[in-house]
Order: sequence, then structure tokens, then C-alpha cells
Amino acid sequence: MPVNSHKKRFSAADYLLFSVVTAAVLCLCVCAGSVTIPLKETVNIIRQALYARICMLFGAPASLPEGTAASIILSVRLPRVLCVAATGASLSLAGAVMQGLLRNPLADGSTLGVSSGAALGAVIAIAFGITFPGLPFAGTMTMAVLSAFLSLLIILGLACKLDRSLSTNTIILIGMVFSMFVSSLMNIVITFAADKVQQITFWTMGSLQGKGYSEALILFGALLLFGGILFFHTRELNAFAIGEENARHIGVNVRRVKLVLLIAVSGLIGICVSVGGVIGFVGLVAPHILRMITGPNHRRLLPASAFGGATFLMLADLAARMLLRPRELNIGIVTSLAGAAVFLVVFWRAGRGK
Amino acid sequence: MMLEVRDLGVRYGTKKILNGLGFSVKEGQWLMIAGPNGAGKSTAINAIAGGIDYTGSIRFEGEEIRRKKPAQLARCIGVLTQSHPVSYSFSVEEVVTLGRYSHSAGFLSRRVEGKDTAEAVNAALELTGMTKRRGQSVLTLSGGELQRTFLAQVLAQDPRLLLLDEPANHLDPVYQKQIFDLIRDWLKTPGRAVISVIHDLSLARAYGTEILLMNHGTALACGTADEVLTPALLKEVYQMDVYGWMRELLSQWN
Repeated sequence: MPVNSHKKRFSAADYLLFSVVTAAVLCLCVCAGSVTIPLKETVNIIRQALYARICMLFGAPASLPEGTAASIILSVRLPRVLCVAATGASLSLAGAVMQGLLRNPLADGSTLGVSSGAALGAVIAIAFGITFPGLPFAGTMTMAVLSAFLSLLIILGLACKLDRSLSTNTIILIGMVFSMFVSSLMNIVITFAADKVQQITFWTMGSLQGKGYSEALILFGALLLFGGILFFHTRELNAFAIGEENARHIGVNVRRVKLVLLIAVSGLIGICVSVGGVIGFVGLVAPHILRMITGPNHRRLLPASAFGGATFLMLADLAARMLLRPRELNIGIVTSLAGAAVFLVVFWRAGRGK
Repeated sequence: MMLEVRDLGVRYGTKKILNGLGFSVKEGQWLMIAGPNGAGKSTAINAIAGGIDYTGSIRFEGEEIRRKKPAQLARCIGVLTQSHPVSYSFSVEEVVTLGRYSHSAGFLSRRVEGKDTAEAVNAALELTGMTKRRGQSVLTLSGGELQRTFLAQVLAQDPRLLLLDEPANHLDPVYQKQIFDLIRDWLKTPGRAVISVIHDLSLARAYGTEILLMNHGTALACGTADEVLTPALLKEVYQMDVYGWMRELLSQWN
């Protein structure tokens, strides 16, 4: 590919195209399931519910749609799919940023063990009963974000000490060592809190089954806040992706920008993990596929990754629900299957590149 | 005085790389830093670029460089390094455009890339002969093209002092001449200066206005080519009759 003709910006038309695709997949995922509800009815129910909510907001009398189909869609599928979409977008953004920071397409929350680190934080919060009165999720959430941040610091520190050029092998090695370290810590915590084993295993195998609107709201809030921070740093991310030394030479405040990016990434990963547990490889698969379409410029890659990650995870969730009907697979199993394939492709390409 | 380096010391662990290095550069000067491998030449460049901790002082127009903010420093001092590891398929133009970062790094101006950005980028691409490759992925470039891409980036950055670490690396004689002539032209604008690390003593003699001979992390001699590149000094630094060898090599061209 001699000519790299990618546009610089993510234009309004691109946003429209990606939004339409994402919305279409969202509708599909809400329609399909153990009971398939026709598209027309689904759209009708959502429209009526939206209308009723808006009316209630202004104090006008209105009634929510009723019936089995409406209750399946409004209280089961829609909140779940919204959670899945927000989680997919967040994890994908976090992956794209880590791949830029570490200059390696294999870097991701799950390959490096940041997600497991966040899960460990959540588990510690549960096992030792760390809570904030009045805020039901705050304890696990704070601990997950904090330990995701700590994990990132340890991983970057290791990466710097071991191999400044950050080759693919180093990244994999660090991920392996760190994941082993985290899983042994997890086992230590479990021995202290044997009565909560069932709760704890949830965090290690992600699922968004039975999530409600409040979780969706938290996830979208985090996506807006931390994703917004990332969108303000696309030029710095480009500089890091070209080289950290070069970034310093052109005047990027390397230490400060890195800190801000790490906080945003740990915020995204930590909150996703505290809601849905560890869902691996989303941040590896989605940015990898989208980089082929948009090129490596983060101005285009970040928005595309957010939409693409949401779409990918919604489809993975649909597959998890549909493949072995009436049984439901864990969503993490589906993403790991896809992730393993992409991982191999990237690794094979990196090896061939030398 | 544009740059003043005094009693510069750098250590990696217990190993002293630079020890009491001192020199200065005025506007319009092209200082060539020569010396054997391991003399600390690249480390000196790295310290002036603000990349490592040092003892002593490095002042740019009287102000200590570690006090400057990164973007402020980048508008004063630009660096071209020896190697350019790239791992993603950014286009040549994207890499060169990043050179303008320090001119719009503030929070409000960060997303604005004005007309002067495009002008500076086009001029830098033109000067380095990379205009027709501007859309090409950097992963597909040869070593020399990559070197020219990053030279274009630092030219777009428009610093006052240019630091070049082995600029002739990866370049064939045609481009070596082109780039050295280009930098000599760049230097003609008032208020600019160049420091480059160089192994090729004939290039140092031909293009440098001053030469700094380094050994064991310190300055052995500094002055014009005639003052520094003497048989005795060269023999002391390189432990070999470099002067005689250079003359012998040249004499074979009739």
C-alpha cells in the first residue's frame, strides 16, 4: 500500500455513518433473543416509552407501554444492550489509547492484565466490605479504578525498565507476568473470604446479564467524561504512537499528558470492570479492525473505535445469547474467541514484519 | 550568546558519561561535535534537548533549559535523532505536521491548525524533497527517506537552535550534500544556530564554523577547524594517525 490517503478528521458524514450502523445493530440486538420480537413492534415500544418519559418529565400524564413484549424489551433487553454498547465503546477506546501509548497493536487492558487488576480491586472491596454509605456501587467502583491505575503504573514501569523499544515480545511477557501476579493475589483474597467465592468469580468472568438503567447511566457517564478527555489529546496520542522521544522533542509535556491519559484509561477500564467484570480482548479486536479502515491517526481512530467497539460487543453479546439457545454463554467467552484469532493475526504480522 | 553550557555532568548509574563539559554557541554558528565512540557526544545533545537529568548548567539565552516548559523549549530547540523507530502507518505529512505541535499546544488552540501550519509543512516538505511522498506511509520509506521526513518535521517546528545527531546517517552522497547545503542555507536566517554530532571529519571541516573535540565526556579542544583538527590533537583523541589517514584517502582521488 504505497499511498496512505486517509483523511485527517472524522467528518460529520463519518459520524453519521457510524451512528447509523451502531443504531441498527442496537435495534437488531434488542429485537433478537430467546423470544424474537418484530422490528416494527420493538421500535414502536421504544418510541412510546420515550414519549411517555418525556411527557412525565414535563408533568403531563402519560402511560408506559404494557404487555409481555414491552416488559421484555424495556426492562430486560434495552438496559442490557445499552450497558453492552457503553462497555464496548469504553474498552475499545481504552485499548486504542494503550496501543498508541505503548506503540504496539497488542497492548490492551486484557492482554496486559489491567482488567484483571481492576477486577482484583473490586474483589478486595467485596471481600473486605469496603463501601461508601448511600452509594451502592461506589466501593467496588473506586477500588476498581484505583487498582486499574496502579496496574497501569506497574506495567509501564516494567516496560520502561525491561525494554525501552517495547517490542511485541516484551508486551506479551509483561502481560503474562502481571496477570500471573494478579491471579495469585486474587487467590489469596479468596482464601480470606471463602464465603464470597460465588460473588468473586463473577468479576473474573464478565457478564452484563440483568443490568439496569442505573448501570447504563454510570457507564455512559464514564464514557462521556473519560472519553472526552481522550478526544482532547488526539495530537499527543499521535505523537506517542510515533515515538515517545519524538513526542518530547516536538514539545509534548510527556509526563503530564501520560498521567492524564493513564487516569482516563483506568477510569474507563475500572468502571467497566466494576459493572460487568472482565470482558477480554474488546480493546484489541475493535481498534485493530478499525485502524485498517481509518489509519493510525487518533483523530479518526478514536471516534471510530468507540462506535466499532460498541457494535462489536453488542454483536458478541447477541451471539452469547443466541448460539446455544436456550442456554446463555458468557459474553467474555465470545470476545475471547474473537480476540484469540485477532491476537494471532497481529502477532503473525508483527513476526513477519521483522 | 545563544547557548551556554557550563560544567555539564551526566551519569547513568555510577558511570559518568559527561564530566565538566563546557562550550558555547553564538547565533549564526554551526558547531560540529566530533570525537571517538563513547565520548559522550549524543548524551550532550540529549541533555541540551532537555531529555535527561544533568548537573551544571545549560542556558538558552540566559535561561536554564530545565526551567522552560516543554512546548516553550521546543520552540527554541529542535532535535533530529539518529534512529526513527516507527510502528504505525502514519503518513509523511502527518509526521511533519506534528512538528508544529509546540506552536499550538495551549488548551484553547490545541485543535486549531491554522494557515501557517499548512505553509510551514509545505515549505519543509519542499526543502527536504519529500513533497511527492507526503501521502505515503512511513512504514514503507527507506532509511534515507525516513531521515528526511523527520528533518522536515524539525524544520516545520521552526526552532532557533537545531541539534543534529549524525545527520548524514542513512543518506547517500547526493542527499548528504543536499541536506548539508540545506542546513547551511537554513542557518543564513538571522537568530539561528546549529549543533551537530559528526564522525566524518571532512564534512565537519567543510560545513562547521567551529569544531568541538570531545573525549571521555569532556571538551578537549574547541575552535575553528584549523585550530582543532591538528595532527597532534587528533592523535591524542583517536589514538591513531587520523590526520595522515584522511590525507592518504584524499590523495587517492587524482
